[in-house]
Amino acid sequence: MSYTLKLRIWRGDKDGGAVEDFPVEVSEGEVVLDAIHRVQATQAGDLAVRWNCKAGKCGSCSAEVNGRPRLMCMCRLSDFEEDETITVTPMRSFPVIRDLVTDVSFNYEKAKELPSFSPPPRDADGKRRMAQVDVERGQEFRKCIECFLCQNVCHVVRDHEDNKEAFAGPRFFLRYAELDMHPLDTHDRRELAQGAAGLGMCNITKCCTEVCPEGIQITDNAIIPMKERVVDKKFDPLVWLGNKIGIRNKDNDGRTEV
Amino acid sequence: MATTDHGVTSPGRARIDARTLREDRWWLQPLTTFVVFSAFVVYATVRAFMGRDYYASPYLSPFYSPCLGDCVEGASDFGQPFSWWPLSAALIILIFPLGFRMTCYYYRKAYYRAFWLSPPACGVAEPHSAYSGETKFPLILQNVHRYFWYAAVLVGLVLTFDVVLAFRPMPAEYAVGDGETSGIHMGLGTLLMIANVVFIWLYTLSCHSCRHVVGGRLRHFSKHPVRYKLWTWVSKLNGSHGRWAWYSLFSVALVDLYIFLLATGTIQDLRFF
Repeated sequence: MSYTLKLRIWRGDKDGGAVEDFPVEVSEGEVVLDAIHRVQATQAGDLAVRWNCKAGKCGSCSAEVNGRPRLMCMCRLSDFEEDETITVTPMRSFPVIRDLVTDVSFNYEKAKELPSFSPPPRDADGKRRMAQVDVERGQEFRKCIECFLCQNVCHVVRDHEDNKEAFAGPRFFLRYAELDMHPLDTHDRRELAQGAAGLGMCNITKCCTEVCPEGIQITDNAIIPMKERVVDKKFDPLVWLGNKIGIRNKDNDGRTEV
Repeated sequence: MATTDHGVTSPGRARIDARTLREDRWWLQPLTTFVVFSAFVVYATVRAFMGRDYYASPYLSPFYSPCLGDCVEGASDFGQPFSWWPLSAALIILIFPLGFRMTCYYYRKAYYRAFWLSPPACGVAEPHSAYSGETKFPLILQNVHRYFWYAAVLVGLVLTFDVVLAFRPMPAEYAVGDGETSGIHMGLGTLLMIANVVFIWLYTLSCHSCRHVVGGRLRHFSKHPVRYKLWTWVSKLNGSHGRWAWYSLFSVALVDLYIFLLATGTIQDLRFF
């Protein structure tokens, strides 16, 4: 069954642009990216769109569909009524390059600011060991495909361009949490997370979790635990006292602050 | 619609003037939250300042428990150390459950969205020109949540004790049949208080700070198997933390209303035995 989809696409560049109508023939079972490709093939050969795997695993085709951050390849047309107009725009938090393609280098700059994993010396047999239960803890965080939809939807930078300098964003709080929970990592990044990465600016309104195509519980499993870890370090006098008189467990021993 | 140049209409971004292109009813959830929370705040404020009709033996309203001020006879199971307090006894202890809920990670999400519109919904531009999150006073105080959690555990224990007391025999005026008032009693009030305390505990134990305290703060689950087990249990509860927040909000108001109606003589307790 095919029908004519009322598709609207934002076209333009950093100097300006507008949403244009592209009625296009689509078939049952197709996704938004298929419709975009058909427009590109039949009506607008110069339409710029970034894509790669078409399977929700490369994180390239991030855009906004009817105002909601989505991967175009995972956005089924069957989720919409056939007479519904679908409006596709580029991500609205990043500078636009052309049409649906944005400059996401903000995220790579933030990645550079995050000290990488720092393991201890190897065991005598040349190996490093960690228990399976500790390995499993971080698996959810490693599902991240870096589509940057969470970075795009986060109102801290989406609605406040001036915060970009001081705020790393949910994708990197995920990484902070993953490393802080890692039994072998020797860096203590809690001060850094609160200071340079701006964890305190997050007001946990959970939009990052809502848009994550991998279903990662970014807020509940990464950001809030990381906030609690920062409280341990900076805001809890009982933890401070417990550390001073040696009644806290030694879980953070061997870590150095970065 | 948006006329700002600091958010989605910042220079360099795709030029789209609309504040949002969402066409679904994104406003419904924050509006519902706003209406329900406001209604609860108004009701709780009125009841907390009322200072009367909070005890209908053997039931004590959760808003007034423990009743530490100059309370009516039978309501103070923990003495009256604040008997000099001139205002309603509820004001002495409500700061703890109130503080717990105000700093709760779920409620923060709910009221930042519904009351401060920061943001009202995902992908909908907020109206504020500047934003510093929880980095400055007073919002930096949200970091004391775990201390309110400690207090909430104590309040939960007191409310549990109240439920035990709610099985006490009722006074003669509530007697039914042959006037028997001795032995264990159970009425609709007891049932409501049981439901309330269950929701209160589900809410308290599913707290993110609880999850951190019992095991989340650890780096090595493998070295702490008991705490890891506790953490897995709390994590399961934590997945529905928002639900328990709502249920316990309704249940606490409902129990108070029921006791208010009993205390004012508007209704009689439905007695099961």
